[in-house]
Amino acid sequence: MHGRPRKPQKPVDDASIAKAAKLRVLQAQFFQNHHDKIYAKEALEISAKLLETNPEAYTAWNYRKLAVEHNLRSETDPDAIKAVLDEELRVVESALRRNFKCYGAWHHRKWVLNKGYSSVDHEFRLLDQFQKADSRNFHAWSYRRFVAALKNMSEEEELKYTTDMIETNFSNYSAWHNRSVLLSHLLKQKIEGFTPREKVLTEEYELVHQALFTDPDDQSGWFYHFWLLDQTVTPGAPVLVSSWPAHGSDLFVSFKGNLDGGVSSSFTSFCSDKGAFPLIIYFNQSVGGINSSTVTVKHLFDKNEDLIWVPLATNNSGNAQAWVTFLRFPDVKDDSLKAYPVEVKVGHSQCAFTVSLRSIDSKHGEGGSDMEMIVWKDDSFHASEPLLLSPPVVSLDQATTNKEPEQIDSRWHEETLANEIALFQELLSEINCKIGKLTLARLLRAHDKMIYKMPFADEKTHSKEVLDLFSDLMKLDPSHSRYYKDEHSLVLMEQVVSNRESLLTYCWKYGEAHPSYLCNPICLRLSKLSLSRIGSFENLLWVQMLDLSHNELWSIEGLEAMQLLSCLNLSNNKLRSFTALEPLKLLKSLKVLNISYNEIGAHSIDTSRYLFSSPLSHTVGDDWNIDAYVTDGVKMNYWEAAVIFKGLYLTQLDVVGNAIVDEKFNLFLTHILPSLVWLDGDRVY
Amino acid sequence: MSSLTNFVYVCRFSYIAICCLSLLHRIDKINVEKAVNYVVSCKNLDGGFGSIPGGESHAGQIFCCVGALAITGSLHHVDKDLLGWWLCERQVKSGGLNGRPEKLPDVCYSWWVLSSLIMIDRVHWINKEKVARFILDCQDKENGGISDRPDDAVDVFHTYFGVAGLSLLEYPGLKAIDPAYALPVHVVNRIFFGR
Repeated sequence: MHGRPRKPQKPVDDASIAKAAKLRVLQAQFFQNHHDKIYAKEALEISAKLLETNPEAYTAWNYRKLAVEHNLRSETDPDAIKAVLDEELRVVESALRRNFKCYGAWHHRKWVLNKGYSSVDHEFRLLDQFQKADSRNFHAWSYRRFVAALKNMSEEEELKYTTDMIETNFSNYSAWHNRSVLLSHLLKQKIEGFTPREKVLTEEYELVHQALFTDPDDQSGWFYHFWLLDQTVTPGAPVLVSSWPAHGSDLFVSFKGNLDGGVSSSFTSFCSDKGAFPLIIYFNQSVGGINSSTVTVKHLFDKNEDLIWVPLATNNSGNAQAWVTFLRFPDVKDDSLKAYPVEVKVGHSQCAFTVSLRSIDSKHGEGGSDMEMIVWKDDSFHASEPLLLSPPVVSLDQATTNKEPEQIDSRWHEETLANEIALFQELLSEINCKIGKLTLARLLRAHDKMIYKMPFADEKTHSKEVLDLFSDLMKLDPSHSRYYKDEHSLVLMEQVVSNRESLLTYCWKYGEAHPSYLCNPICLRLSKLSLSRIGSFENLLWVQMLDLSHNELWSIEGLEAMQLLSCLNLSNNKLRSFTALEPLKLLKSLKVLNISYNEIGAHSIDTSRYLFSSPLSHTVGDDWNIDAYVTDGVKMNYWEAAVIFKGLYLTQLDVVGNAIVDEKFNLFLTHILPSLVWLDGDRVY
Repeated sequence: MSSLTNFVYVCRFSYIAICCLSLLHRIDKINVEKAVNYVVSCKNLDGGFGSIPGGESHAGQIFCCVGALAITGSLHHVDKDLLGWWLCERQVKSGGLNGRPEKLPDVCYSWWVLSSLIMIDRVHWINKEKVARFILDCQDKENGGISDRPDDAVDVFHTYFGVAGLSLLEYPGLKAIDPAYALPVHVVNRIFFGR
């Protein structure tokens, strides 16, 4: 089936016919014996003959197990037992000679060994032969792990075996894989000789360098190196990295209208018509178990135990990087409630901010009614005036007072990364190796993430060098160019939003008449940046108006953390389906959405089908019925749009320029979005 | 599955059972959480999956595990960027896809790798035109059928995976195939939506 050369079709010859007939007879005889439960010597021989010809006939392996159990039922003489089991091993060996990748044969061997009568040392000798024949035979490697466990071999001994294999031939991904598994266990259990962790990892780096410098084009070593890098930089316990309201900020909450202009920073103002404002906390990794016992909020108008925390994720895991709760405030008639404090404590992290409440009479407000249409044209925006306060930007040391227990190791981490970076910069000055460049880019990014964490970090980041590396890689390895492009986009976003001065250049004030809920008309305009992916959400929690138009986005994963978003422009991107827009379901403040000129409906294959809650993946309740979303007569493929839009109160929507859009679809939209005022620039009646 | 006490616990049987039960609307007959935990225990440090815990990552096993996780709504256990990169590196210079590092390309991996990439929404990380070209080059233009590699003997197995792979690549004239159930999309829709 694999690796057989194509030959011109010959007429079937007598020898082939005879061979096939013989095999059919053999099979029939075997099945008869199996059904009649005949386990005598002759019957066993028939099954052995069958397996020799076709080791994949797994029923024959099962039959042999039944036969052995039957024949050994009343046997107590260990020699007799061993003889029976040795015969099984012989049959397995002959089958493996036919096909050394046969699952059934290997399993049968394990089954025999588990009986405890066979020589384990003999198995090791057999494995050595297999290793020589094919060092990548994963059946043999799996079997080796099984036999090593039977013999109670220590993980250190098995580690030594991988060292021997690697030193024989660096291109042994299977050996490197096994090594990573063994080392993980040894490090985790802090086995003697394998601590401190840093010493072990340093030695591993030295070992893998030998492989990489001997043959940089072989992938095996590079994958292992990537694993070592991951071991070097993986964060320990989850840490709070940002929040909204941000640590140290003064939030101005107004209700029943919008703010008098200019009193406070536009970045920390919020309009609420629900008597509550959101509190968003963002961690450096996905976390679970966030509730009023694990997070303590000291707030004037809510008891901590009454607060309900919701994970901001589009899956059912119950984990998320961002979590939200709502803090209530009372109706105040005057400015008496000025700057009251709120404190948030979770784990070793905490943040604190103040809140001032202001009730505004709507006739003093700037804007008009909720019917105003947002126009996303360049001349609707002007550069924001110098602001009293700059936008909140994350820096871990300031955002939290967190005591990381692993801080003592950060010196080793930094030195190791610097060392690796220097080494690969030198290697790449001599050879043009794609995976080497990718490794260097990853090292530089890891290094930046690390120094960014340290207080008083003066060093400039390596963003430019990383961006250049990814641009090089797009040319050097065009088959994977979109992978490098996605990485490039993430680094570009980091560069743009992680720095106060940079971020300000992308902030614009929306100058036209705008709806009253948009009390903070600052728009973060990230259009025309060739972004294929977005990230750095920890720095964007404050954004209410976001323009990502004219990019190359295929996904908006992570956007669900931006709970303050009321106006979002995703036009002229590469979004392929409504299933890719699931994060929007969680943006309860969203009022204005532009998804025009994307590719929704243009593709027969939906690449986010299984990342979307649906009956196909059992991520919806048993009572889920498609009729709740699309009634008879409505096209079935509209159901995904219905699921996204049903929970939102959009007043303005643009969809033109997507293949799915036609009159029927637009009619459907007006039915599921009763709050809609504007559709593709036209008023809805 | 073996009917004896020493069961063969391997991921591809988990996938088959989960897929069949789901199509029969009987997934509640098994402990889904335990089944998912077993699949997740086969996850490796390179982001891929082996056939049993500790087993080396292999595209065929990855399909079975990712498929099982997709059908049970458990794809959050997959590091999509890490696995996506491992999978996209299966594309070799000729444009074909192999099953693991330093191995030869093979048409059946057009299914195992492509469907896995699609389920985790990372298929754009490979050059789709080159994969399509590789599959088409494996056709026997005289007698029909598709083989594992150009000029090898054709068989039903590789013909199926070649055609299914081309469908996943949106090759014109082919009906869409579902990457998790390996059935046409309209069939899966009929089973789950009744339409």
